[in-house]
Amino acid sequence: MANRPHPGTTGIVGWIDARFPLTATIREHLTQYYAPKNFNFWYYFGSLALLVLVNQILTGIWLTMSYKPSAAEAFASVEYIMRDVDWGWLIRYMHSTGASAFFVVVYLHMFRGLMYGSYKQPRELIWIFGVLIFLALMAEAFMGYLLPWGQMSFWGAQVIISLFGAIPGIGPDLSLWIRGDFVVSDATLNRFFSLHVIALPLVLIGLVVAHLLALHEVGSNNPDGVEIKKYKDATGKPLDGIPFHPYYTVKDLFGVGVFLIFFCAVIFFFPEMGGYFLEHPNFDPADPLKTPSHIAPVWYFTPFYAILRAIPDKLLGVVGMGGAIVVMFFLPWLDRSPVKSIRYRGPLFKGALAAFVVAFLVLGYLGALPATPGRTLLAQACSVIYFAFFLLMPVYTKFDAVKPVPERVTFK
Amino acid sequence: MRKLIIALVFAALPGLAAAAEGGYPLDKASIDLNNQASLQRGAKLFVNYCMGCHSAESQRYSRMARDIGLSEEEVKNNLIFTGAKVGDTMKNAMPKAEAKKWFGAPPPDLTLIARSRGVDYLYTYLRTFYVDPKRPWGFNNAVFPLVGMPHALADLQGWQKVVVEKTQDVEGNAVEHITGFELVKPGSLSPPEFDAAMRDLVNFMAYIAEPIKLERQRIGIWVLAFLVLLTAVLYLLKKEYWKDVH
Repeated sequence: MANRPHPGTTGIVGWIDARFPLTATIREHLTQYYAPKNFNFWYYFGSLALLVLVNQILTGIWLTMSYKPSAAEAFASVEYIMRDVDWGWLIRYMHSTGASAFFVVVYLHMFRGLMYGSYKQPRELIWIFGVLIFLALMAEAFMGYLLPWGQMSFWGAQVIISLFGAIPGIGPDLSLWIRGDFVVSDATLNRFFSLHVIALPLVLIGLVVAHLLALHEVGSNNPDGVEIKKYKDATGKPLDGIPFHPYYTVKDLFGVGVFLIFFCAVIFFFPEMGGYFLEHPNFDPADPLKTPSHIAPVWYFTPFYAILRAIPDKLLGVVGMGGAIVVMFFLPWLDRSPVKSIRYRGPLFKGALAAFVVAFLVLGYLGALPATPGRTLLAQACSVIYFAFFLLMPVYTKFDAVKPVPERVTFK
Repeated sequence: MRKLIIALVFAALPGLAAAAEGGYPLDKASIDLNNQASLQRGAKLFVNYCMGCHSAESQRYSRMARDIGLSEEEVKNNLIFTGAKVGDTMKNAMPKAEAKKWFGAPPPDLTLIARSRGVDYLYTYLRTFYVDPKRPWGFNNAVFPLVGMPHALADLQGWQKVVVEKTQDVEGNAVEHITGFELVKPGSLSPPEFDAAMRDLVNFMAYIAEPIKLERQRIGIWVLAFLVLLTAVLYLLKKEYWKDVH
C-alpha cells in the first residue's frame, strides 16, 4: 500500500494524504466502493446492526458511569440510574431495548444471507466472520443480562453456567472457574461486568471490521445472486454497481429513520415489551435462596434453549444447543446448489427454508414457556427440522431444479 | 405481502405466549396515573398501612411530592412518620433479621413490586385476604396461598370468609375452588369504598415503580412526531439522489 500514488489532493487533506491514506480509504470503502444497484428491503439490516452497535457502546459508556458492579449495590444502582441520574432512564431503556433490537436486526440480516446465498463462494469468510459476531453477541448479551442483578439475571446465569458442568471430566471445575465461586455471586458479577464492558465489545468491533473488510474485498451479493464485477465499463466500474456513497448512504439513512420510529416507539411507550425485553421477575432483586417457579431466558435465546430442553440427556442437550450454532459455520460447504439466490432456486430449497423458519419461530415460542410433554414433543420435531435443514442440504440442493440465472441484475 | 406476514407473525408471538396459567383469576385494577387525587390517597394509605413493615428504598419523598402534586411541607407534615428528611428515600426502621423471624421472610421492598407482579395481581391480592384459623396470623390469601403477611388492612376491609366449591379433578382427587367471599365482620369502609381505596393504593405503587412513566410518554409523542417528519425528508432525499439510477 505504501506505493499507492498520492491522490492529487491539496491543502490540509493533501498534507494528510501524504502521510495517511485518508482520501484513499474514503474512496476504497465509500465513494468508489461499488454496490449492486438492486438491493431491496432485506439489505437495510447490515447498516442497522452497525447503528445499534454504536448505540450500545455509547449508552453503555454512560451507564457504566453510574452503575455499581457489586452484588450489594448493582440492583439499587440501576434504579438510581432510572430515577436520580438526569436522563438516566432514557439511556437505560436505549441500552435494554438496543439489546433486543440488535438480535432483531441480526436475525433478519442472517435470514437475508440464507435467502440470497450470500454465504456462497467467494463470500465464505464474510459468513464465518458473521457467525463469529453472532456468537460474540450472544456472549455479550448473556453477560450483560446478569448486571441488573434481578431474579432472572441471577437464575438465568445459574442455569446456563451449570450447563458447562455437564461436560465429562472437566465440567464441574469448568463451571466453578467461570463463576469464580460455588454459586453465582459477587465474583461472577464482577468478571461478567469486565467481560461485558471491555473484552467482548473489543472482540465484537474487531470482528465487525473483519466482516466489512472481507465484504469490501469481494463486493456485496444481491437479490439476484449474480456477480456485478463480471460486466464493467471502459473505466473499470461495474455496469450494475453504484458508489456506496452517496447512493446507499442516503438510502440507509432513510432505513435508519424507519428503524428509529419503531425503536423509539418501544423506548418511550413499551420499554418492557410485555415482559419480553425486560422480564417482570427481573424487577425483583436477586435472591439466591428463592428459585423462581419458571426460569426463561430472554426471547433471543429461546430457540436454542428449546433445543437444549428438547433433548432428554443433559450432556447431549448441551451438545445439541452448541451444535445448532456450530453447524452454521459449515453452511457455505453444505450448500451444493449452482445458484445463490432463492429467486432461481427450486421447490426443494424453498420448502426447506420455509420449514426452517417456521421451526425456528416455534422453537423460540416454546423456549419461553414451561415444558409440558406435548410441548417437548413439538420442540423435538422442530429441532429435527432445524438440523435437517443444514445436514440434508448437500442432498436437496444438489437435486433441486434450478432456473436459469440472468447475466445482469434485474432492477425495477 | 411476505413482509406483512412476517410482521404479523412477530406481532402475534407475545400474545400467544401470554396465555394464562391458572390460579385465582385476577381483577382489573384499572388505575389512572394522571389522577393525582387518587395518587395522594394512595400515598396516604401506603405510608400508614404498608410502611410499618415495607419500604420503598428507591423512591424519594421529595420526588413523590413533586410528581403527585403536593408541596414538600405537606409531605413532611402528613406523610413522613419515620423522622426521615424530605430528600430521603422511603425506608423503614424494621430490622430485616427480626422481620424474618416474625413473618418467615423479610417483608419485600415495594418500590418495584408493581413492575414485577403487575397491578392486577396487587389489586386482587390486597382484596382477597380471608379468615383461616390454620394460618399463624389468622388469615390466608386467594392469589398468594399460605402468604406470610398478616391482613394489614383488616380494620378497613373487615373480615371475610371464603366461599369454596368442591369438585374433582381428572384423577378423582377432591379440589377446592374459591368462588367468592362473604363479609363476616364489617370494617370501617364498605366493600365498594374498600375497592376504591385499593385502586388508589395500587395506583400509587404503580407510580413509585416507574416515576418517569408519564413524562416519557409525553416526550415520546414529540420524538415520534419528529422522526416521522425526518424520515419523510430522508425519503425525499433518497428519491432525489436515486433519480439517475436506471
